[in-house]
Amino acid sequence: MDITSASIDFGIIWPEVTLLVAAAVILVLPFFRITTRFSPAIAFIGLVVAALLAANQWDSPNSGFYGMVTCDNFGVAFKLIFVLTSGLALLMAHRYLAARGINRPEFYALLLISSTGMMVMANTTDLVVIFLGLEVMSVPLYVMAGLARRSLESNEAGIKYFIMGAFASSFLLMGIALVFGAAATTDLRRIVADFSFIMSSSQPYLVAGVGLLVVGFGFKIAAVPFHTWVPDVYQGAPTPVTALFSVGPKAAGFAAILRVFTYGFVDLEVLTTLFWILAVLTMTTGNVLALRQDNVKRLLAYSSIAHAGYILVAMVAGGPAGTSAAIFYLVAYAMFNLGGFAVVTLLETRSGCQSDFSELAGLGKAHPYLSTVLALFMFALAGFPPTVGFFGKFYVFSAAVKSGFIWLTVIGVLNSFLSVYYYLRVVKTTFLDRAETTFVPVRYSPAIIVVLIITAAGTLGIGFFPQHLLEFSQSAIFAFL
Amino acid sequence: MVNLSAYILVAVVLFGIGTVGVMISRNVIILFMSVELMLNAANLALIAFSRALNVHDGHVFVFLVLTIAAAEAAVGLAMVITLYRNRETVNIDRFDMLKR
Repeated sequence: MDITSASIDFGIIWPEVTLLVAAAVILVLPFFRITTRFSPAIAFIGLVVAALLAANQWDSPNSGFYGMVTCDNFGVAFKLIFVLTSGLALLMAHRYLAARGINRPEFYALLLISSTGMMVMANTTDLVVIFLGLEVMSVPLYVMAGLARRSLESNEAGIKYFIMGAFASSFLLMGIALVFGAAATTDLRRIVADFSFIMSSSQPYLVAGVGLLVVGFGFKIAAVPFHTWVPDVYQGAPTPVTALFSVGPKAAGFAAILRVFTYGFVDLEVLTTLFWILAVLTMTTGNVLALRQDNVKRLLAYSSIAHAGYILVAMVAGGPAGTSAAIFYLVAYAMFNLGGFAVVTLLETRSGCQSDFSELAGLGKAHPYLSTVLALFMFALAGFPPTVGFFGKFYVFSAAVKSGFIWLTVIGVLNSFLSVYYYLRVVKTTFLDRAETTFVPVRYSPAIIVVLIITAAGTLGIGFFPQHLLEFSQSAIFAFL
Repeated sequence: MVNLSAYILVAVVLFGIGTVGVMISRNVIILFMSVELMLNAANLALIAFSRALNVHDGHVFVFLVLTIAAAEAAVGLAMVITLYRNRETVNIDRFDMLKR
């Protein structure tokens, strides 16, 4: 804590405050006997206002709360990613939750509180505040995973996510304690300034602490070998919540990782090797295990592990090119992955649908437009041009080549080829396989159509004009910290 | 006056016991207790470092961690109760509804 430099400045946390106020309003409405029908609308308005306030903070780096909260373009870019993710998940959720009889106002409040935690996590250089944000993000997510109280699958997903999440948090906290012991501060800026002195005076504590931090964050972004919880949790949780899991916490984890490891401990050379190994393991394991999945939700779970591996490649590349490639990839991934989950959500609003592969058969004939959109998302996930998935992979791998990681790039490209098989399997089942029973048609809701249009337009639009997102991701690291 | 390394050794041992507990225990309540033990090991380390370095930040962080642990406990126990109502067991091996 740097008591002398700055004061408390509420201006830099207006987006977070907005979300919390909206969450509080949603939670107190039932007490005043006001109908809870408006809670999704209130949540949506809160997210839109938060997005506008966050966009207003662009290009005005600032810091407050005695240096414990920072507000730079990097943090603002992530705030916008979180708002986008939560907004799309919210639009997906409404009809789905109603169809399952779990459309309760608490869901929307939890969603907003969780987004607040993500924002806190991305907008600080202090390890303790990162931990605080992580917990504010995670605790509502545990509840959301187990939201369907009567569903055994949802119960199981919730408890598994809770145990693994709390386990990971304690690793992270122990790591922070050891780094604090070595450096006498938890502020990354001061750690960077005194790094050589800290290394010479208390190396064992620092190295052990950083190691535990890697484990803790590894669980959060689901890097292999800390990924075992992912398939079960993604399959068991309600699908819109899974959509949120696959992007929101992952992006928040990467925001913190980029701050901590590519800025804070950048001089610790062993980290590059460590993340090199993690990236290779994560990409390969995710893709290989995805090959033999028969459930679309589980397939997307393994595919999200593989995509975390690609972002780790950008992180290993490091420097401005690597960091901006990581942000570009996260935005692109948010688009096509949320789109894919939106299609699954729509299919699952029919009763009894578990999203097994066999249930996709016949979709192409019954809903040609929806199937085409699904195919678009699968092509983007596989990284075909002209979708944004291609440019995301292109920037990640070119950053890796520029930094001299040739073998890592080769392994990454081979992994992309491998992934084509299982993504195209989804497309093949949709269009070519014959349905065993008559295909029960899905019923569109206006909200899900909006989600599909936004994600499809993002996937194709950014694919045709990648320079706008590229400029965005490059200026996001301008005035980093 | 016990020196710093002794405190840190105790903290690391507690953390290790917690980790092993999470890995081998089959009862969700015991798993949960092991996680709490790990959090408190980190608290002990924070306090010890704070005293040894004469920097008081660590003391404050412990309060934050205690609050967070309480919030986690509230959510976790609620989930265990829901699970017990539906399944009448808290054995983690029985939770195999989802495909491996």
